[in-house]
Amino acid sequence: MSTLSAGELEKRFQEKIDANLYIEPKDWMIDKYRHNLIRQISQHAHSEVVGMLPEGNWITRAPNLRRKAALLAKVQDEAGHGLYLYSAAETLGISREELLEQLHTGKAKYSNIFNYPTVTWADIGAIGWLVDGAAIINQVMLQRASYGPYARAMVRICREESFHQRQGFEIMLTLCRGTAEQKEMAQDSLNRWWWPSLMMFGPNDKDSPHSAEMAKWRVKRESNDELRQRFIDRVAPQADFLGIKIPDNHLKWDETKQHYHFGEINWDEFYNVVKGNGPCNRERLNARIKAHEEGKWVRDAAAAFINKRKSKAA
Amino acid sequence: MITKENDNQWPLWEVFIQSKSGQPFKHAGSLHAPDGEMALLNARDVYTRRNEGTSIWVVPAKCITASTPEEVGAFFDPAFDKVYRHPTFYDVPEGVKYL
Ligand SMILES: [Fe+2]
Ligand SMILES: [Fe+2]
Repeated sequence: MSTLSAGELEKRFQEKIDANLYIEPKDWMIDKYRHNLIRQISQHAHSEVVGMLPEGNWITRAPNLRRKAALLAKVQDEAGHGLYLYSAAETLGISREELLEQLHTGKAKYSNIFNYPTVTWADIGAIGWLVDGAAIINQVMLQRASYGPYARAMVRICREESFHQRQGFEIMLTLCRGTAEQKEMAQDSLNRWWWPSLMMFGPNDKDSPHSAEMAKWRVKRESNDELRQRFIDRVAPQADFLGIKIPDNHLKWDETKQHYHFGEINWDEFYNVVKGNGPCNRERLNARIKAHEEGKWVRDAAAAFINKRKSKAA
Repeated sequence: MITKENDNQWPLWEVFIQSKSGQPFKHAGSLHAPDGEMALLNARDVYTRRNEGTSIWVVPAKCITASTPEEVGAFFDPAFDKVYRHPTFYDVPEGVKYL
């Protein structure tokens, strides 16, 4: 089909997307679509991988075996999510090595939320409840993203995510029904994680640079502000149930809009953390690089094992 | 700093999972592994952590021959006009059973 003009190819590409069909790896696609998808999917993959670090911090100190098993399983899931997404990114023509290099050199970003520290056990509850909760809202939308491998990875991920948020909420609920000190710990954790969780949905629509194109290409089917609002509408009653207070004096149910009204997000903080000045940016990146370097012997051993087996067979 | 230790990446494997005995194998995803056996172990850990499968196939991605998306129309064209391949094409008189 090399006979088709670029304009005609572009037209067909868009028609396919508009007809709710999926673009597959070998299909013709607009360069910028490919480029934007590599950026988005790899950022997403890096977030899954770096996201293991704040939670990994508490695996050895989980309060009992039940919690420990659940946390281990969750963190293991996140590693799997990273792999599904790296695989999806690779179908667009970038290698795993390049992707990891972009992460380790700081060229690629990952979700800002993981640059905050997990200082108490309640933070593990808040992460599952709020951070995974926010991620799920975004990922449910992406299950119908126009790029086939990405959408399919999302379906798998969403299926696995559902326990992540529940185990987090359960941790919060246990603390809130515990001693006054435990409840205070849950409240403190909500105070620290609330605003960064809202920032996970990205800048306000009017300041979101890539959104229009990604919407046209059916990657982003709902806007940052719409998704954020859905999250708040779902989570606010859950906080009421827990009996802890969301740290926003403007938060209140709007009967006419049938949505929660909420206060202004501190975007200066957001951009400051994006720029690398968050509480844990350096620590996370160093831990990630260390894990990669210390895992080298495993990769080497596997390679040596295969070479040995091959030479025996020969 | 990161050094490029293995420039030649391990081969890519496509993973197919059979969810239940008797069911067809379905594509689940892909992964890199040095050989088939390790690909199987990794596939088990990555794609069947919740009893999603009773059996796994791993196939080197480079061994798959695929139809080309651009030629989808011409390629599947032979089946377009053959309505007589479907049972609904045929008249069954009223009262005749088991057809
Ligand atoms: Fe995840
Ligand atoms: Fe998760």
